Amino acid sequence: MIRVVLPAHLRKLARVNGEVKLDVEGEATQCTVLDALEERYPMLRGTIRDHVTKKRRPFVRFFACQEDLSHEAPDAALPEAVASAAEPFLIVGAMSGG
Amino acid sequence: MSKIRVLVGTRKGAFVMTSDGNRKQWDIAGPVFGGWEVYHFKGSPVDPDWLYASQSTGWFGQLIQRSNNGGKTWDPVGNQFLYEGTPGTHLWYDGTPKPWEFKRVWDLEPSLTDPEMVYAGVEDAALFRTVDGGKSWQEVAGLRRHGSAPLWQPGGGGLCLHTIVLDRNHPERIFCAISAAGVFRSDDSGATWRPVNQGLHSEGIPDPNAEVGHCVHRIAAHPSRPDVLFMQKHWDVMRSDNGGQSWQEISGDLPSDFGFAIEVHAHEPDTVYVVPIKSDSEHYPPDGKLRVYRSRSGGNEWEPLTRGLPQSDCYVNVLRGAMAVDQLDSCGVYFGTTGGQVYASGDAGDNWAPIVRDLPAVLSVEVQTLP
Repeated sequence: MIRVVLPAHLRKLARVNGEVKLDVEGEATQCTVLDALEERYPMLRGTIRDHVTKKRRPFVRFFACQEDLSHEAPDAALPEAVASAAEPFLIVGAMSGG
Repeated sequence: MSKIRVLVGTRKGAFVMTSDGNRKQWDIAGPVFGGWEVYHFKGSPVDPDWLYASQSTGWFGQLIQRSNNGGKTWDPVGNQFLYEGTPGTHLWYDGTPKPWEFKRVWDLEPSLTDPEMVYAGVEDAALFRTVDGGKSWQEVAGLRRHGSAPLWQPGGGGLCLHTIVLDRNHPERIFCAISAAGVFRSDDSGATWRPVNQGLHSEGIPDPNAEVGHCVHRIAAHPSRPDVLFMQKHWDVMRSDNGGQSWQEISGDLPSDFGFAIEVHAHEPDTVYVVPIKSDSEHYPPDGKLRVYRSRSGGNEWEPLTRGLPQSDCYVNVLRGAMAVDQLDSCGVYFGTTGGQVYASGDAGDNWAPIVRDLPAVLSVEVQTLP
């Protein structure tokens, strides 16, 4: 099980409160976590990454374990603490706007 | 008594304003989609409880929301806008080729006959259509395949297809207006297109009379006389009497012929409204006076409408999608400003009063006249 924290606007869009808990098939990577997230909440498709290229949107970042994982390869394994649900995978709307 | 529902899209959400036919007391609901830009928000003319909203932010991209109950509840529908085939390039501001890239939906135009069919005008300029209530969108690719498309260049707001006009008398006819390419017309439901810009004159482009390259800000037509089109161009207010085949300037005695919004009276096809703006670099009304100008003669002779509007120290803008009319016997006219005011007139523009004064900047205003 993977714990995912969504930014407020996407929590509202997906109609969830607090963390999302996902079962992820195979290794926990950005890609497999986002696949599982979008499968459960199809309204999030296109809001975090491009529909087709799967490229992360520029103002969205991925944090975990006090590290910025945004520039890690999408199929790289997430930290063990995320894979074991000790730590959440944070999807963050970049600080921007003034 | 009839009811009026005003749909307002702003920089930070959407608002719904309702009133009875007197249009004096207003209930204001919102924001819906708070924090998101709502470029356009419009109801189906077939079933007015079907509403569509274009919701976007720089963070999370584009969403389309649909309500089937007049805005009581909303559901996100499809948000994938894929250009058909290899997108190719248009020109960037500096004149170099730039690949087509979807940015946002500017205009949602529900079909005149089917609540599940909607056209979407997008940036970078293209036309999309859904026939399943917004679940999926397909490009009407003939427009972007027009031979001039590689030469289209963005206006200040981007390369946006911002206005779609459908024609009840000719269901296969579609007009689209693109900044800064011009007006295009299809007579075969979007399969093929031709530019209809003859008569437009734009000093800011290499050939002022070019077939394509004009910064058209808005076009409008009266449903009973769809061959007569009115246009607010970057500079110049224009009119066509032949479905866009040729245009004549009707700016006449306006204090400035720059502006964004243009609208036609619900029952008088020759009564037209514009909001003159000082210039393309000074996006506010001349002399700090917010004045709607009305022509009752189809252009050239214009009268300022000022009662109830600020006549000093007013420096707001009225954007291209932010003016609309209702269908009541005494035609109501509505517009929103970048200062967050929404003004209404229940007597065709003679007198105005604010419905609300302190919204986020208003991007679009649409009006529904309900039984």
